[in-house]
Amino acid sequence: MPGKSPWKMAAGAAAVVLLAAGCSGSGSDDSADYTNSVIIGIVEPQHLLTTNTTETSGSEVLDSLFYPLVSFDDQKQPVERAAESITSDDNKVWTIKLKDGFTFSNDEPVTADNYINAWNYGAYGPNGQGGSYFFERIEGYADLQSRDPDGEGPEQASTPKSNVLSGLKKVDDLTFTVTLSVPFAGWKSVLAYNVFLPLPNAAFSAPGVIKDGFEDAPIGNGPFKMKGTWEHDSQIQVVRRDDFKGTKPKVAGVIWKIYQDQQSEYADLIAGNVDVQTTIPVESLSSVSGDLGERFQKSPNSVFQFVGFPTFEKGFNNPDVRRAISMAVNRQEMTSQIFLDSQTPATSFVSPAVNGYRADSCGEYCKYQPAKAKALYQQAGGPTSLTIAYNADGPHKAWVDAMCIQIKASLGVNCTGVGEPKFSDLLTKAENEEPVGMLRLGWVMDYPLMESYLGPLYTTNGSANYWGYSNPAFDDLVKEGDAAKTPPESIKKWQQAEDILAKDMPVIPLRFGQNVYGFSERTSNVSVDLFQKVDLYKIEIATTS
Amino acid sequence: MFRYLVRRLLQMVLTFFGATFIVYALTFANADDPIQALAGERPITPSVRQALTERYHLDDPFLLQYWYYLKGLLTGDFGTSLTGRKISAMMTQAWPVTIKLALLAIVIAAGVAIVAGVISGIRRGGLFDNVTLALTLVVLALPIVVLAPLAQLIFGIKLGWFPPTAGRDASLYALLLPAIVLGSLVVATELRVTRASVAENLRSDYVRTARAKGLSRRRVIGVHVLRNSLIPVITLIGVDIGGLMSGAIVTEGVFNIPGVGFNLLRGIRTEDGPLVVGFVSILVIVFLVVNLLVDLLYAALDPRIRYA
Repeated sequence: MPGKSPWKMAAGAAAVVLLAAGCSGSGSDDSADYTNSVIIGIVEPQHLLTTNTTETSGSEVLDSLFYPLVSFDDQKQPVERAAESITSDDNKVWTIKLKDGFTFSNDEPVTADNYINAWNYGAYGPNGQGGSYFFERIEGYADLQSRDPDGEGPEQASTPKSNVLSGLKKVDDLTFTVTLSVPFAGWKSVLAYNVFLPLPNAAFSAPGVIKDGFEDAPIGNGPFKMKGTWEHDSQIQVVRRDDFKGTKPKVAGVIWKIYQDQQSEYADLIAGNVDVQTTIPVESLSSVSGDLGERFQKSPNSVFQFVGFPTFEKGFNNPDVRRAISMAVNRQEMTSQIFLDSQTPATSFVSPAVNGYRADSCGEYCKYQPAKAKALYQQAGGPTSLTIAYNADGPHKAWVDAMCIQIKASLGVNCTGVGEPKFSDLLTKAENEEPVGMLRLGWVMDYPLMESYLGPLYTTNGSANYWGYSNPAFDDLVKEGDAAKTPPESIKKWQQAEDILAKDMPVIPLRFGQNVYGFSERTSNVSVDLFQKVDLYKIEIATTS
Repeated sequence: MFRYLVRRLLQMVLTFFGATFIVYALTFANADDPIQALAGERPITPSVRQALTERYHLDDPFLLQYWYYLKGLLTGDFGTSLTGRKISAMMTQAWPVTIKLALLAIVIAAGVAIVAGVISGIRRGGLFDNVTLALTLVVLALPIVVLAPLAQLIFGIKLGWFPPTAGRDASLYALLLPAIVLGSLVVATELRVTRASVAENLRSDYVRTARAKGLSRRRVIGVHVLRNSLIPVITLIGVDIGGLMSGAIVTEGVFNIPGVGFNLLRGIRTEDGPLVVGFVSILVIVFLVVNLLVDLLYAALDPRIRYA
């Protein structure tokens, strides 16, 4: 139609926009909730089902909705919370007695069955739960795993022999026993992890089948309960329960605000739109003391960053070569220049977050001695050029390049950093024993025991032993530590194992992480624990006007 | 016209299948271990890996996986992301805020571009013309990854004129800054098209006739020239809308707006193949429909265009 005015088009578009904006959701009437709730920034959790959650964000939210069997005091000892007592005579059969009177937020009582059903669901292979490996120590775990008869081929895997763990037995409504396949003195500490939380009967639509939509509004036995559902990519809101029998938190609710970008979270922190950010991005570290002053704090966590040697490669077979490279790195310079002291230099193989940590257990091979390093390297005939592989989808390029410069300066050999696009590529190459050079890796503990570092990383069949380090004497000592009667005895054995690592140097310990966190003006008593989670019971909202 | 429509619709179907096949093949070729990517830096037990692989048919041959995907598409099921959420549910949640943002951006960009373009077109070579051209060049040259955080820092934090982030239920005011940033991507081209179109129309015969008739300058430009000059711009705006709906990846990430781009960014980062493919399929449909509408609009506006 001729002459149809484009102005009408523009007016129409503007009208549509205004209409859409006007129809935007609730918005303003949440302000009442905001004054009594603390707003904590997280990344979008992958899952909120207890047995499938292994990353920090999901774990934090579960901490508010559930009450764990044990948690840790300042000495990193496990203290009973939902459990009345957890005892064992032989470290193999553990009797767990629950405190009476606790309920889920839908008024179901918490019983032993809730734990047993949840753990069986988590351990059952075909359910594909990410936290499944935590149940490996329980007797009967192997029967719940299916075996794929032809590996990568198209044949279906067999159904597992059983779907209940033979090591779990109910004694009465408030008591059950856990039988481990091998005695382990530190089992009590392992139970603090969120995969061991109970699930209400309302979570299952049929035995062994989780109800659709449970993950979007989990029902837990904790101090808070869900308000509404999980608004993906936006927020999760929880409010305090009045009928909770344990220690009540001081805040009336928590709003977990979801951010994809740390920088935008930081912008909101300064503007006061979010109350706590548990990780200040490295780019803002230089300005954060000016922006936040006293509200910027640090606390230890269990992050451990290191560089591993692929011992299956010819050049790295010789321990002298590894020791030389370790002495060539100036850890102090790296942490103060690149990380602005948000991380600390590591001279041990386990983190200061665990009992049994000894500073400088690595000894002289972790001290920066460039001259000695060069002599040792040449005498041992190390490779004439080195590479350090890292995953480019993380913030590693800067420090890997710096480390290479240090090595070049100390040893006089060429060193380059090689970025793999994805972390999974790096791991796959290492597992297939392809020549990747040295690899950058990070580790976080699952529970505060030395074994959480020593076992998976350095034992011959360790689940995270990507570089093929194998020392039978070391394996034996770790096993003996596991089987020891009391925690102090375990620690002694594990320390002896760590001494072997100091001699063999399978990895170069580089840095221990710290929580660098900030909070807004209206919050106080903010602390972030070893697992990078905010302590929800201590945090307060300052009620000044 | 009817035959034209039918032909276009058939072409759309073909294009849709071709485009989604390419996206699917690329994502498939890129993802060699999405299960490990999901787990991050933790080990995964063989059992869990087994279960997830079977659930998502990850060890089936490529064509079989593509067949499952097509079957789902044709029944309206866009699949499930690797974290277990339904793509269609994610889309319904993500879209409203992206539409708001895209429309707001277009209104701002078009407003600025048309006004400035008309003035520049009238006084070609003048001070205003050169200044606006230079300014838009600068804005065009700044990559969005620099422009967005910079705008957030200056206007959101330091000056405090706008809130630094906008959430899902953001007010119009909170969306203003991201919309301006987004609009800056398209304002330069729209301005130039307007300017060229106005300049060309000012020299045409009917304008000379109108002036000879003694019409006021305001009426000549405001009624006659404008109407005809805006035709190419309107079609360009239509195409830009389609592009902005899908492409605000960086802006949505920086301003924390949980829309389509935000989800795409997350899907790419976490190598969530089903998520990326699902969203892109929907976006392909949106783009095709918008393009068809724009072409029809062009014919409606300009009577010299006829479709056979």
